[in-house]
Amino acid sequence: MVIRFINAIGAKTLYICEHTGMFALFLFYTIKTACTTRLKLNKLLTQMENIGVNSFYIAVLTGTFAGMVFALQSYIGFKRAGGEQFIGPVVALGMIRELGPVLTGLMVTGRAGSAIAAELGTMRITEQIDALTTLRINTFQYLVVPRILGGTIIMPFLTLFAMICGVLGGYVVCVHVLLLSPEDYINGIKTYVELADIRGGLIKASAFGFILSWVGSYKGFFTNGGARGVGIATTQSVVVSSIMILISNYFLTKMLERM
Amino acid sequence: MICLRNLKKRFGDKWITKGVNLDIPDGQMTVIIGCSGEGKSVLLKQIIGLLKPTEGQVIVDGVDITNLSEHELAQHYAKFGYVFQFAALLDSLNVYENIGITLLEENQSPDTVLPIVKEKLAMVHLKEETLYKYPSELSGGMRKRVGLARTLVTKPEVILYDEPTTGLDPITSRVIHELMHDMQKQLNITSVVISHDVEIFKFADNIALLHDGIIKYFGDAKTIWESDNPYIYQFIRGLPEGPIQSEIPHSSSHE
Repeated sequence: MVIRFINAIGAKTLYICEHTGMFALFLFYTIKTACTTRLKLNKLLTQMENIGVNSFYIAVLTGTFAGMVFALQSYIGFKRAGGEQFIGPVVALGMIRELGPVLTGLMVTGRAGSAIAAELGTMRITEQIDALTTLRINTFQYLVVPRILGGTIIMPFLTLFAMICGVLGGYVVCVHVLLLSPEDYINGIKTYVELADIRGGLIKASAFGFILSWVGSYKGFFTNGGARGVGIATTQSVVVSSIMILISNYFLTKMLERM
Repeated sequence: MICLRNLKKRFGDKWITKGVNLDIPDGQMTVIIGCSGEGKSVLLKQIIGLLKPTEGQVIVDGVDITNLSEHELAQHYAKFGYVFQFAALLDSLNVYENIGITLLEENQSPDTVLPIVKEKLAMVHLKEETLYKYPSELSGGMRKRVGLARTLVTKPEVILYDEPTTGLDPITSRVIHELMHDMQKQLNITSVVISHDVEIFKFADNIALLHDGIIKYFGDAKTIWESDNPYIYQFIRGLPEGPIQSEIPHSSSHE
């Protein structure tokens, strides 16, 4: 029984090492392809539309309601200490530095990251990727690079909308629901929010876009096991992307603090 | 010539091909038959290089492709065309874009590509009105023919067909077989076909039987029905008794 337990741990460790290695090699080949082959601009633009433009409404909704509830919760807290004039900057800083990038990243992971995994997974199980290989078309150049580059580029723009909508949502709640001073809200934002905060939030957004498209592409590209395999790949891409976004958020925040 | 030497492929603990030795003559149609699950598709993918053998060699025009780098393998693909079992057309592209994909990806202008696509479409007896349809709008037979047209654009020396008539009615199957035969004769292409369909024997030059991971028979298609090889005798007649043991038990009520 002890031997079996050790065998199981060994097998699991080997599995993790193998898949981590494949994951890293996948990224290596993607970067190598991006640097050594011509960029397919039309495909890049298509992916930017699929990942970013088509996620616009959910990003706006997410940002708006996140800002609104953040304003409400901040009011409940600050009212006890007499600090209502700080709600504006707190909502703005929260949306710009954290909630905007993270919530947008998670929502787009669920929508676009899963779609990437599903599309590439279906292409894999129906031999379309093999067909591209036999036609001497570089599958990384054709399928993977546009998705990863597209996700990395478009996410900051999408997140910017989420940030703006979050701040506006907070304004609506503060001024029209809680009947606080609009000047306090706006002046607080002008006083305490810096360009570095926005820059940091957009860098995070780009990193999260990179993560969700990298994971979605990897999971889809190596799908096996038919329709069930596509389902597993899609689910795993969302779970793994979400976890990686949350973990990387901590390290990015620490790193950006020092900049 | 394509030479397979002691070709073996393992997935996990299971050996699929267990030492395939086969010489595929140039300019002829060689059909590889065998029971379902014998590894015919795995063998075909090893020939083109989509799967790397566990052991053995695939020698194409004197070059062992199992030792080629990825870049060299990509060059080797230029000699080959592959018609997949379900055509493997790209869902997001219409027929014109599917057939012309290799030329469009080389940034050739649509004015150059369109006549070539129309020519290939005509070769597979499809009308121009299918040009802007998507794969989901096509029948199975039409998808196979578009897949063949796509392969012809690259002017391959060898075309591999993975069960080209599976799922098709007898009339459409005959159309596909005749097309394959015409392409082979007109363009002097070496054809390697995986098939269960004994109707293809009329168009084939050579037949090979894959059983239990190795080639049990290789011979002239014209004399196959006269062969006394016990494996081929049992297989082409669908007999329950013989050296090929089916996984599905035979029902005595059909005797």
